[in-house]
Amino acid sequence: MTNVVLPELGENIQKAIVSYWYLQEGETAQEKDDLVEIATDKATFNLPSPCAGIIREIFFREGDSVNIGETLAVIEEKK
Amino acid sequence: MEFSLYDLGLVDYKYSWQLQHDLFNKVKDGSLQGALVICQHNPVITLGRLADKNNILVKDNELSKMGVPVYQIERGGDVTYHGPGQIIAYPIFNLQCFKKDIHCYLRKLEDVIIGMLYEFGVAGSRYKGYTGVWIKPFATELSEQGINEHSLSKIASIGIAIKNWITFHGLSINIKKFDLARYSFIRPCGMNIKITCLENITKQDVEMDLIKKILVRKFKRIFNIKALCSN
Repeated sequence: MTNVVLPELGENIQKAIVSYWYLQEGETAQEKDDLVEIATDKATFNLPSPCAGIIREIFFREGDSVNIGETLAVIEEKK
Repeated sequence: MEFSLYDLGLVDYKYSWQLQHDLFNKVKDGSLQGALVICQHNPVITLGRLADKNNILVKDNELSKMGVPVYQIERGGDVTYHGPGQIIAYPIFNLQCFKKDIHCYLRKLEDVIIGMLYEFGVAGSRYKGYTGVWIKPFATELSEQGINEHSLSKIASIGIAIKNWITFHGLSINIKKFDLARYSFIRPCGMNIKITCLENITKQDVEMDLIKKILVRKFKRIFNIKALCSN
């Protein structure tokens, strides 16, 4: 399993809001596919899938606030 | 890094939006190092990803009658208005060539605007927590404690999107005063704020061609990049 973690986005940015999931639980992602878009007050940022696999669980829904370093989702890697 | 300059003149929002996507794909696949789109828009309202539609204060049918389209787009921020007399810059830059830091990029865009205003003898300011560029009131006796988002006037707005650390969308600066009234269509950025423009402060006509030249020069200086060619 691979955790999709909200990475450091820059100085003074401690949290962001999940604005859009491109893929849902159970769907298959390819490595570097757009996975989730997050938003700060003036910017949106797309987080690509870190690996190819099936999205097993999404922990934050659209509109939820998430802290840097928190796990957004878990992907079961393709063997 | 080098960037190609696209000076579009006055265009519909949709055209520049599509162009940004095309340029983004070229930067992503490496066929273009970077691009800077400069333009003015015909009247349009755009809603950022987290925008509240209630911040549009005019009914849809009235906007339609006036020929003002509304687009829900992928940038950050709330609602904004664009129209003739505003200069728009959309940098399509790969931040992996600079610094992978959204905060730093936003501050650099503010630096570009503040630097451009400075050339007209106008002091643009940051206001902590409120991205964009603001003008302090003329009442110089006003203490720092008395300054807040209600006493300041906003002259420039920023709203960006980043994919694969490549930027699109960007900044708008109010230059000419003839179109400012249309800001009453919206609650800009979802806030009850005053909007101003460069001509309101300088009290004289400002040529858009001069604005464009200065703006490009500030981008080159602040991002330490070269302009390749004009398109």
